[in-house]
Amino acid sequence: MFFQSQREGSVIALRLAGAWHSANLAEISSELAHLDAADAGTLTCDVGTASFDLSGAWLLNDTLARLEQQGLKVSFSGTPPDWLDLIERTSSAAVPVSIEESDTPPQHRSEPATAVDHLGRRAVAAWALVLSWLDFVGHVSMVLLRALGSLRRLRPISVLRHVYDTGITAIPIVSLIAFLISVILAYMGAQQLVKFGADIYVVDLVTVGVLRELGVLLTAIIVAGRSGSAFAAEIGAMQLNEEVDALHAIGVEPIEALVLPRMIGLVIALPLLTVIADAIGLVGGGLLCHTLLGMPISQYLHRAQEAIASTTFWVGVLKAPVFAVLIAVSGTWCGMRVRGSSRDLGRLTTTAVVMSIFLVLLADALFAVLFMKLDV
Amino acid sequence: MSPVPVLEVRGLVSGFGTQLIHDHLNLTVNEGEIFSIVGGSGTGKSVLLRTILGLERPRAGQILIRGRDLTQMSAAELYEVKAGYGVTFQQGALFSSLTVLQNIQLPMIEHLRLSARLLAELALFKLRLVGLGADAAEKYPAQLSGGMVKRVALARALALDPGLLFLDEPTSGLDPISAAAFDELLIYLQHELKLTVVMITHDLDSIYRVSNRVGVLVDKQLVSDTLERIAAYDHPWIHAYFQGERARSRGRPNGTGS
Repeated sequence: MFFQSQREGSVIALRLAGAWHSANLAEISSELAHLDAADAGTLTCDVGTASFDLSGAWLLNDTLARLEQQGLKVSFSGTPPDWLDLIERTSSAAVPVSIEESDTPPQHRSEPATAVDHLGRRAVAAWALVLSWLDFVGHVSMVLLRALGSLRRLRPISVLRHVYDTGITAIPIVSLIAFLISVILAYMGAQQLVKFGADIYVVDLVTVGVLRELGVLLTAIIVAGRSGSAFAAEIGAMQLNEEVDALHAIGVEPIEALVLPRMIGLVIALPLLTVIADAIGLVGGGLLCHTLLGMPISQYLHRAQEAIASTTFWVGVLKAPVFAVLIAVSGTWCGMRVRGSSRDLGRLTTTAVVMSIFLVLLADALFAVLFMKLDV
Repeated sequence: MSPVPVLEVRGLVSGFGTQLIHDHLNLTVNEGEIFSIVGGSGTGKSVLLRTILGLERPRAGQILIRGRDLTQMSAAELYEVKAGYGVTFQQGALFSSLTVLQNIQLPMIEHLRLSARLLAELALFKLRLVGLGADAAEKYPAQLSGGMVKRVALARALALDPGLLFLDEPTSGLDPISAAAFDELLIYLQHELKLTVVMITHDLDSIYRVSNRVGVLVDKQLVSDTLERIAAYDHPWIHAYFQGERARSRGRPNGTGS
């Protein structure tokens, strides 16, 4: 029990006891809810043996104020506690505004939204996003053109670091994936082609498939997941810490210092990774043909030479730098857009990965059409 | 009445790699006092605070809060102890994805079971206590000025009405008027709520206004005494600090009258 109330006619005498501390607030407030003050005229409050911390004192004051609003005359018997002054001064210092009425930021404001209205807003927002992306791409291009003039502005040390981070450290996982994908291709192809007695064409399927499409595509997707997210997170964390603003203030163009080295590094690393993936894919295809179809390695090599046109390898590798630019631009753009909160950082890191994978696939589709038109 | 120690650090040794930061450091903070820790940059003030809070593991030594050794405690006991003290960090360390009000409510939600109305109003009261209005309640930390961040951090530290408060440079970055108001608030809380405060600060005004005792980190040790005696201490750094150009214009220390 944190208080005792005695009622004589219209007078309620409240006698407090116990520890009115924040740890007990839930109990105290549920006890106070049972206090029946209906039709009462006056209330005297005796602090008695109770001890208070700030929250407890606030609760008492708040309760008494509410009772006063209901028309009760509230007074303290004996000397009112000396903290009362602080509570009252604090409570009246600011304009009393209830939470519901406080001004909420615009993004929370719910307008009478029709479906059309909503659609329109989404469209405008999406268009603004596209413009901002184009703006970023243009900005990066301008800075790149300016930086091409001098080696120092291209920051070779930083570029090498990113070649290492995005390229060298990705070799194990890229090799593993390339091997697995060639196994899948060979296995799947063999199952179908054996029916026609055309086992030998498994070699065509694996070599052309890996070199033209799958080697570069899967490498790009892995790199998008690894490095696209890393770019967004690194630059985003720097944004939160005002490091990007500091670069601006020092007179260093953040695009030049943060975006270009990552982009150039990835443009170097991704084609190299693709070559490794291609090689591992061919080896994996050979192994599978040998074990699954009993094909001698010499026959595999011979058939591979026939299957692969002179352009096949280059068609795959040429796509790599384009994918690299798309991944780097998406990652760094998302990182640069981080503002204010850690939640933003998480959201934009996710966006970076989704966006770079989407753009890579889109570009690959366009390449397929282009190469078909060019007949290579 | 003999002073009751709230916080005791005994024989603390800490360091990183080969670098020794504290060498058998001792510290005692008594019930109801405001204890300021000062020291040059890199002497390990923040490391000392982080070690007390259990964020860094000491190489040796004991940390006792109300006589119980934190280094020997189970996770459940630590949880209980942590509800009993409040902390503000140098940069505020507000949760950036929560509003100001939600930041203050977080410890309450974690440790108390209150109704939504009580939570909201109590948090708002704590916000007013540190001099901010309801208009700040729905803002996100990124929308606040540096001084407001400090105040919200204090409001969050006061959320559970702790008996012990750790403040890491609470007045740095505040304008002199706000800093003075902060000092008055601390004195008031100390007086009314018997609050014990351990504060790292460089603000000489603040030290002179609020401190009951001062600890100076020099030579990997903590020299602690009352302000007058510390100020008269015969050590080059302490002398330079308290008798320097910036200190000369100060008034008399807290408690000696003016």
